[in-house]
Amino acid sequence: MRTGRTLLRLPGGIVLSDHFVLVLTVVYFLLIWSIYPHMAARRNIANLFSNVWPLLALVIGQMFVLIVGGIDLSQTSIMAVTSVLGAMIMAGRFDPAKFEHNPLWGVVFSEQGGLLAGSGWAVPVAIMLMLAVGVGIGFVTGLAVAKLKMPPFMVTLVAMSFFSGLAIYLTRSENIMHLPESFIAVGKGSIGPVPSAMLIVVTLAALAFVILNLSILGRWLYAVGQNIRTACVSGVPTGRVVILAYVFSGFCAGLGSILYSARLEAGRPTLGRNLLLDVIGAAVIGGISLYGGKGRVLAAVYGVLFFVVLDNSLNKMPLEFYSIDIIKGGIILLAALLDALRTRIASRQTVPEGIS
Amino acid sequence: MIEWEIEFDGIGKSFFGARALNEVTFSVGKGKTLGLIGENGAGKSTLMNILGGVFPPDEGTVRLFGKEYNPSCPADAARAGIAFIHQELNLFTNLSVADNLFIDGFPKIGSSPFIDKRRLHKLAAELLSSVNLHVPAATPVEMLTPGERQLVEIARALSRDAQIIIFDEPTTSLTAVETKHPFEIIEKLHAQGRTIIYISHTLEDVLRVSDTIAVLRDGCLVSTGYSRRYSVERMISDMVGRRIEQMYPARNAGPGTASVLQVEGVTQPGIVRDISFELHEKEVLGVFGLMGSGRSELARIIFGLDSCQTGRIRIWGKDVTGSSPDASIRNGLAFVTENRRQEGLLMEAAVSENLDLPSLRKFAGLGPARIIDRRKSLEFANRIAETLKIKSGPVRIQKVKNLSGGNQQKVVIGKWLLTGSAVLILDEPTRGIDVGAKYEVYGTINKLAEEGTAILYISSELEELTGMCDRILVMSNGEIRAEFERRNFDKQKILEAAFSCEVLAGGGRAGHSGLGDNSGN
Repeated sequence: MRTGRTLLRLPGGIVLSDHFVLVLTVVYFLLIWSIYPHMAARRNIANLFSNVWPLLALVIGQMFVLIVGGIDLSQTSIMAVTSVLGAMIMAGRFDPAKFEHNPLWGVVFSEQGGLLAGSGWAVPVAIMLMLAVGVGIGFVTGLAVAKLKMPPFMVTLVAMSFFSGLAIYLTRSENIMHLPESFIAVGKGSIGPVPSAMLIVVTLAALAFVILNLSILGRWLYAVGQNIRTACVSGVPTGRVVILAYVFSGFCAGLGSILYSARLEAGRPTLGRNLLLDVIGAAVIGGISLYGGKGRVLAAVYGVLFFVVLDNSLNKMPLEFYSIDIIKGGIILLAALLDALRTRIASRQTVPEGIS
Repeated sequence: MIEWEIEFDGIGKSFFGARALNEVTFSVGKGKTLGLIGENGAGKSTLMNILGGVFPPDEGTVRLFGKEYNPSCPADAARAGIAFIHQELNLFTNLSVADNLFIDGFPKIGSSPFIDKRRLHKLAAELLSSVNLHVPAATPVEMLTPGERQLVEIARALSRDAQIIIFDEPTTSLTAVETKHPFEIIEKLHAQGRTIIYISHTLEDVLRVSDTIAVLRDGCLVSTGYSRRYSVERMISDMVGRRIEQMYPARNAGPGTASVLQVEGVTQPGIVRDISFELHEKEVLGVFGLMGSGRSELARIIFGLDSCQTGRIRIWGKDVTGSSPDASIRNGLAFVTENRRQEGLLMEAAVSENLDLPSLRKFAGLGPARIIDRRKSLEFANRIAETLKIKSGPVRIQKVKNLSGGNQQKVVIGKWLLTGSAVLILDEPTRGIDVGAKYEVYGTINKLAEEGTAILYISSELEELTGMCDRILVMSNGEIRAEFERRNFDKQKILEAAFSCEVLAGGGRAGHSGLGDNSGN
């Protein structure tokens, strides 16, 4: 107890503040900047932020599921499968050398492009399809969790295996190139000085904020995550709320897929393969509890910032490619440790029970 | 010359400026049983936490056997021979009784790391028979009733040869009629010369088991002395600082004639059989039964938390059988469940977030967004907190987990005050709360009934039911055995009805949701 108090006094409450992760990120950024001055170069900053938006879309979706006490491991596989499906509709040309032996050759796509290649409808339909597939997969996993009472970890792990496998099966592991310019612009273009990806994801974040902080659904999400039995007795339609969380996560995964595919200018069956740790890591470091009931949009933003800055700095360092994941893992562990310490200090602040 | 076992000398403790204990001085004689009573928040838990090594006192000293005692952690207390039998049972329900008893020191085969199963079960069986619990040592704890679990906890204390045993609210999870059993054990422990501190809100129990009594109020010792100098009335007036003239306040209106809730032939195999009754406007209808009699399960079926195979449930004549809890609330039902921590409250959330949860729709605007009018909902939460005299910090910030039990219970009741319910189902509404808070809860129930609410009042405290109800149904083995009108209330007959057919039922252990761990969620 005594050590807790002195620790509290020292940094002026920063340690316990909601903005702790942001402070941590800034401190880390400054530290790296002092060693690698080009960290703060304009181009690098722009690059850094362009990495923030798609990841943030995923983390916001993941957050909804974490709030209801679940976890969505299927997000990255949703990205892969929607990336491939979208490209199959809108790609302008398919390389016969790569796709001739695909079972869908001549059915869905051919050398002349995807199903709607060249049509003005190609891009909007592909985008709608990508989002709809994300929502659909989210609905199915949500249904399995809420109605069949299957453990979320298992359901979404299986979904991950199934859909990432499906994405590879559909393309025989080939990237689909030649996406329309107007689609690529969604991820890379900008409206005036504002990148369109930023516009899209900030809108998503605002929507998530309104849902979580102002609407009935938000209160229901937190209630379900804090104590599903109390929520049920209090008239919260718990099944519907849980399904909606997974649906939203699937939607966000679809959106993330659009942004990543556009940036890579390809429908990629392995899209997001190494992203799962980033998504869940960013959520947890931001302060979103894996035990449910906790999570704010701002926390997601901070967690993503931390991850993107970390990733960016590691790329700047003269590290062997093979060692990057080890170092990254170490730093995430350290951050998580710091957060655990912080929570312990915070919990000592509360008055024990029975003293009112 | 009395030999003192535990001496508290000028104990003081503050939490963040709030005085929890102030100059508390008293002693417990060796081999004696002390009854420690006080309202929630009076400082009982703080004092016991100091004794248990959870935290040190700010002022004063504790002496054990005349020697100064400064535990730095709970393990020190255990080594000093102090054992706690907690209100919230601390057992691993998935493990066997024997595993639970020896979890911190399994008998080994020689010096190997392997457990000597045979010796484990032999030692466990000895301990179990010493507390009169006759179940195989390999039984998983989850199969035991709450009463039996308590005996396992006591056996565990004995396994460590604890000389000082503290019972913290030991009977709260037990039905009044079942409490007889642990008393025999306490008498036995007493006869073996062990020192006991017995904390309970059931004052009759405290009087029955204690040699001396100590009363705390607002962190101060109000009185202490031989228990023969105390009566329940004196204990109450010492605890609350004033006299409560009548434990059960009078209601100003009798039951109406309009039938609000009709239950017809509700049957769920193994749980309840052919339950039929009517509940009228302004009526308080009691349901009495032992654990496992189906009283709580019946409430869960009516509210839609569990299903029933046959039978009809109607509210104002409308068939609502098989509704979800969500629909039940809209049909005018409200349910105060027996476990406020597990099913009544969001412990980590603020008071206001608990109060407005069932009626959120009332504060929401139209349209798909359903934005909540937070000012309106906060206004409502404040009004409820005021009406029910919930002692709390600002309701928007104050977390429910830091409220006392009585105030928590008021929050559970308060959250149903705006849903416009025609029927309020109360399952053990005063369990584990102190006398003053009980009185206030009774007053609230009466007020609701006067205003027209029909109330279904489930309780295992017969005293409470005869004091509050217009009519009492007695359940046993899943069936309604008897019905008593207020003018015919006879405790002896009610108890007989509750015990009827218990022989056939074989203990009534099946399907009980007392700790809520096997109810369908």
